[in-house]
Amino acid sequence: MLELRGVCTRYGPVQVLWEVSLTVGEGELVCLLGGNASGKSTTMKTILGLVHPVRGEVLFRGRPIHRDTPAQVVRAGIAPVLESRRIFPQLTVYENLLMGAYTRTDGPGIRQDIEAVYERFPLLRERRGQLGGTLSGGEQQMLAIARALLARPRLLVMDEPSMGLSPLFVEKTFEVIQDLNRQGIAILLVEQNANMALAIAHRGYVLQTGRIVLADTAQNLVNHPMMRKAYLEL
Amino acid sequence: MLIPQLINGLTQGSLYALIAIGFVIIFGTMNLVTFAHGEVYMAGAFVGAFAMTLWHLPWFVALVMGMAAAWVLGFLIEKVAFRPLRTAGHMPPLLITIGLSIILKDLAVVLFGAENRPVPSIYEQTVRLAGVQVSVLQLVILGLAGSLFLVLRLLIQGTKIGRAMRATAQDHEAAYAMGVNVNRVFSIAFALASCLGGAAGVMIGIYYNAVYPTMGGTAGLKGFAACIFGGLTSIPGAILGGIIIGVVENLTVQFLASGYRDVVAFLVMVIVLVLRPQGLLGRKLRTV
Repeated sequence: MLELRGVCTRYGPVQVLWEVSLTVGEGELVCLLGGNASGKSTTMKTILGLVHPVRGEVLFRGRPIHRDTPAQVVRAGIAPVLESRRIFPQLTVYENLLMGAYTRTDGPGIRQDIEAVYERFPLLRERRGQLGGTLSGGEQQMLAIARALLARPRLLVMDEPSMGLSPLFVEKTFEVIQDLNRQGIAILLVEQNANMALAIAHRGYVLQTGRIVLADTAQNLVNHPMMRKAYLEL
Repeated sequence: MLIPQLINGLTQGSLYALIAIGFVIIFGTMNLVTFAHGEVYMAGAFVGAFAMTLWHLPWFVALVMGMAAAWVLGFLIEKVAFRPLRTAGHMPPLLITIGLSIILKDLAVVLFGAENRPVPSIYEQTVRLAGVQVSVLQLVILGLAGSLFLVLRLLIQGTKIGRAMRATAQDHEAAYAMGVNVNRVFSIAFALASCLGGAAGVMIGIYYNAVYPTMGGTAGLKGFAACIFGGLTSIPGAILGGIIIGVVENLTVQFLASGYRDVVAFLVMVIVLVLRPQGLLGRKLRTV
């Protein structure tokens, strides 16, 4: 469904991604692991159209999207859950949700989908008139996921959803991710928390200084000696 | 004598407020300051004056034309001066707008002459309201400014583009990732800000019966001051700031001397900003 082929991305003179290739199949939950500055976020930004690769291509459902604007990418069916949530602090919860549906024009459909995310996250219904910035970190994470769902995505791209959350909310977040995946939404999970990510993912990739160094099933990655040493703290 | 001066101050202040809101919208969404805003106001004033004197159109048509001209001018300024420099930091666009302000001012001198151009009076009669004589023109200006504040509020709070403007102001990258065409939002914000400045220009021309090429200098400065006074990114703050400056000026003229009007107005501002550096209604977080 999503395929990166030999993607190279640079910021000015600094090349960050080197020939990154990966795929996410229909309904799959794939994690992209790596340490700080390994290029995880840049991979995500490249997929979302926030930066454009200098070489290589990004295909979504067979169509190249690496020259598209973020609006076109969202319309194609990819929704972002950005790093550190990036809730609009001075918009209400309800308005934040509407921003997720920004590219859509089907009013009744949007209202229906907002109702659906309120069902999934009753807390958001309670807080719908409250400003986004007044929610706790964990609540903001739920809002960030709900906001992404408002785009009716086929693929969710999530950047470090566990970052800065209490263990309880990390667990809750991963439950939600797994749940969404079971309902058929493909997920690319960009994470530093390899333990948690591999526990729910089908497959995983490991990025190191902008290159994919490992690609395998989640099961094999958990048992891989390099993974055990470098990321899993076992 | 207090009440009439309060009304004078309120009228003038509401026009400062319209200019100040322009600075708030531009700073709030783009995090940039324009020094050509006074000249956009001047351009709007001239178009309004021409509409009334050369084409003999009614004042409200002149107002709409002045606002439309300012909208177009703002749109163009954003395109040529701001967009190519979006990633260049604060300084280059600032310098460009200073240059643009000089160019627009001199262009007006070359095209229209440096002298005052008369603007016909409207609504010269007065009415008695609760025992006080009030000029109808002042009521018209107050009503108009009030309606513009209201329309702006509805636009920003209640429409999709208004929501996109607020979201962009708070986190433009996140808004971009959600699919907001951030360039378009900047264009509209700049044009909208300019349009309000143009409205103030036309009304000032009618109020003082004159327009002239350098009229944007003081007005731009007062508007910018009102914007900072109010808290830099707060529209209600800018309205309050503009009105306070207008009222303080007029009370100074009445009870002190007209030469002190700017001194006292800015003194009050300095004192308030020393006590409350974030401005009257300013917050730590950025919003429109």
